[in-house]
Amino acid sequence: MLFLLLTAAAIVWVRNLFAVVILSGVYSLLMAGTFTILDAVDVAFTEAAVGAGISTVLLLATLALVGQEDHGQHRRALGPIAIVALAGAMLIYAVPDMPRFGSPEAPIHVHVAPRYIEETPNAIGIPNVVTAVLADYRSFDTLGEVTVIFTAGIGVLLLLAGKRRKRK
Amino acid sequence: MSALGNFNYVIAITLAMIGFYVLIERGNLIKKLVGLNVFQTSVFLLYISMGKIEGGTPPIHYDGVAPFSNPLPHVLILTAIVVAVATLSVGLALVIRIREAYGTIEEDEIRALDDQLGDAE
Repeated sequence: MLFLLLTAAAIVWVRNLFAVVILSGVYSLLMAGTFTILDAVDVAFTEAAVGAGISTVLLLATLALVGQEDHGQHRRALGPIAIVALAGAMLIYAVPDMPRFGSPEAPIHVHVAPRYIEETPNAIGIPNVVTAVLADYRSFDTLGEVTVIFTAGIGVLLLLAGKRRKRK
Repeated sequence: MSALGNFNYVIAITLAMIGFYVLIERGNLIKKLVGLNVFQTSVFLLYISMGKIEGGTPPIHYDGVAPFSNPLPHVLILTAIVVAVATLSVGLALVIRIREAYGTIEEDEIRALDDQLGDAE
């Protein structure tokens, strides 16, 4: 967890964009490890493949086209720091009201989740509850997710194809 | 980790604020996108932390293992990760086009070029 913080801080300070991109890959991989510790193995798989893999490849491909150095001045304006500190302080103020970490009596664990966990083996017939919910109970939502990817793909193609046409 | 109480939430919030800071303060567009990524991932951490049960196991049924951690946040976050990479790819495509049009990816320089164009007209 502390490594996560270190990596994120380094992303703020490092100027070379190549290093920033690699650091963001490291960050995603550390996050995937954290997800495994927190029992979210499916999420960890996805984060390692998508966050550490595909995102890094996309960022590197972009860097190849736009160059590596961050030339912008560090403005050190007080405005952004104040906004960030204020928002962070308010969120941390809310933390003590959260249920204790890992507590089985937290509201999130007693209401809807047990029903899914108990009925999945009989109703769906596969052992992995996350897959069952994703692909069966909420399959329309997953269809919507595929639509989002499709739209993003079309957007990227339109943006980049327009460039090629103009060059001719 | 449980001895530290709500330590996880504090880490998630700190990461979110670091990402937020990069997003609004740095002028470089690629760095902004990486900051956005950090922010999104910190929100994932918040959700997954809420789903954890002490002594829980991953929510996969096999003989006599209980209790499971809550699978519902996991499902939500799986969807969110995919949406995150979709926004990232569109953002990067926009950055490439901006670079083509302006020859720079620094926000300050882009704004300066815009002002010059406005004066010329």
